[in-house]
Amino acid sequence: MPKVIIRFDKVSKVFADGTKAVDDISFDIYDGECVTFVGPSGCGKTTTVKLLNRLIEPTHGTIYLNGEDTAKADVIALRRGIGYMIQDVGLFPHMTVAQNVSLVPRLIGWTKGDQETRTDDLLHLVGLEPSSFRNRYPHQLSGGQRQRVGVARGLAADPPVILMDEPFGALDPITRAQLQDEFVRLRSRLNKTILFVTHDIDEAIKLGDRIAVMRSGKVVQFDPPAKILRDPVDPFVRDLVGKECGLKLMKLSKIADIMEPALTTITEGASVMEAKQLMAERKSDILFVVDNQGNFEGVVHFDHLQKRDGGRVAEVMDRATLTARADGEIRPTLEMMLKHKQVWLPVVDEEHRLRGIVTMTHFVCFFATEAGIQGTAA
Amino acid sequence: MSILAYFVKSANLILKLTLEHITITVIAVSVSTVIGVAIGILITRYRRAAMSVIGVSGIIYTIPSLALFGMLIPFIGIGIKPALIALILYSQLALIRNTYVGITTIDPSIREAGRGMGMSPWQFLRMVELPVALPVIMAGIRTAAVMNIGTATIAAYIGAGGLGWLIFRGIASVHTEQILAGALPVTMLAIGVDYFFVLLERALTPSGLRR
Repeated sequence: MPKVIIRFDKVSKVFADGTKAVDDISFDIYDGECVTFVGPSGCGKTTTVKLLNRLIEPTHGTIYLNGEDTAKADVIALRRGIGYMIQDVGLFPHMTVAQNVSLVPRLIGWTKGDQETRTDDLLHLVGLEPSSFRNRYPHQLSGGQRQRVGVARGLAADPPVILMDEPFGALDPITRAQLQDEFVRLRSRLNKTILFVTHDIDEAIKLGDRIAVMRSGKVVQFDPPAKILRDPVDPFVRDLVGKECGLKLMKLSKIADIMEPALTTITEGASVMEAKQLMAERKSDILFVVDNQGNFEGVVHFDHLQKRDGGRVAEVMDRATLTARADGEIRPTLEMMLKHKQVWLPVVDEEHRLRGIVTMTHFVCFFATEAGIQGTAA
Repeated sequence: MSILAYFVKSANLILKLTLEHITITVIAVSVSTVIGVAIGILITRYRRAAMSVIGVSGIIYTIPSLALFGMLIPFIGIGIKPALIALILYSQLALIRNTYVGITTIDPSIREAGRGMGMSPWQFLRMVELPVALPVIMAGIRTAAVMNIGTATIAAYIGAGGLGWLIFRGIASVHTEQILAGALPVTMLAIGVDYFFVLLERALTPSGLRR
């Protein structure tokens, strides 16, 4: 069981005007997971995350970070240990990009050299070339670029926990999708616990390991995206999730989830005789050719070998072979197979190492399972 | 006697009075800047007091200068002291209001980001609020400085010295050259100071805020 890093224990927030923004909520967040908070405006999602870094103080209840009561922590130190990114970014207009990014490291007394190295690393990480962006001012940046700087600034002092309050909400749809994809890529590289507020259920599904659906200050469902899509607890969640649940579910699965991993491989340098022997042993009509690092080179078919007795695999193999990506989504991959009239494809990872094979049967099984039919492979 | 001849003859006197005038203005502007900016910052922390403080400084600003000088004489007497106090009081509206407006109009998202990142109120004031509000505060200091040069001229009437002395003497003795010997330098001084502050404002505006 992963370690609990954040615990909300019967937390409520009543504002001075009597509004009950957060109403007796309790939940745990585990180390390294991304929880998306979703719900209509006024549901208390933003208030909830601001309770963690004490931009808002709770009326009742206790919030623990790493097992310690945040109410007893030094509020300045607490905030410096939590990355914070907001919709309007809030870059300081009189500071350069570099000065904005290195702000928290500067406050906590890093050396100049460390600040500069860190700033350049972070700008690279968020896709802004340091040499051209370091000395620009916020008003010289586009909306998307500003938000990238905001992300870099939030990550600057390497906080283990990050709060993101609708960070992509004000961006145009194309930039938003781009930053979402980069968020997913970044997350796999950085081990951060993230609380992400959004009003967009699709964003919540795409980015969250778990989703907290909120309404009127209550958490009505707190589950992984697939569970929310399959079993919404009530009509409110069902409405929020909306139509096309099946398609949304499909996006959550990757080719790696449905493919068959084990394959018979051979190297280019092997002889045709070895290949034939291997096929006979494994009762296989096809072998996958890889190099010493496991990189996919091509395939060799039984037909290719039939009339030959000598030579090497390299001379008879088929190099021009389409591949599917292990981290690819179901639908685009299926579309590609249909377009190229392929009934199966080798699956490779991002470094082009062979990972497995995916066939039409795998897709059929996947759809059958999603549809609730206990289908078996034909 | 031509004006030029009078200027040459009284060069030493004009210079002495100009320096007196500049001294009064510099002291008044410096002291009122410290007080006005401090009060301006303070009322951004206590917003409920803000409107009454700005209101009071506005009322003071409307009192005719001669009337204010007159009211101060029974308590402080005549000379440079009541003049400085009056000038400092007059400057408060421009300084308090501009400081307050400069700081309170900072984008709320900037404020939230600063708090959320763990800046202390003092760090946020020093590193964000004051630099961002600086152009507006500078505009207030400029207004105060130009106004002080004008009001200091009248202060000669209560014995504060400065170029006003020549003007009042000249009027009393219907001596046009003498009037102009006070009026021309004080006018140039006002225009010069105004221009000086325009340049200073430009130089002090952080480059990120220049569009």
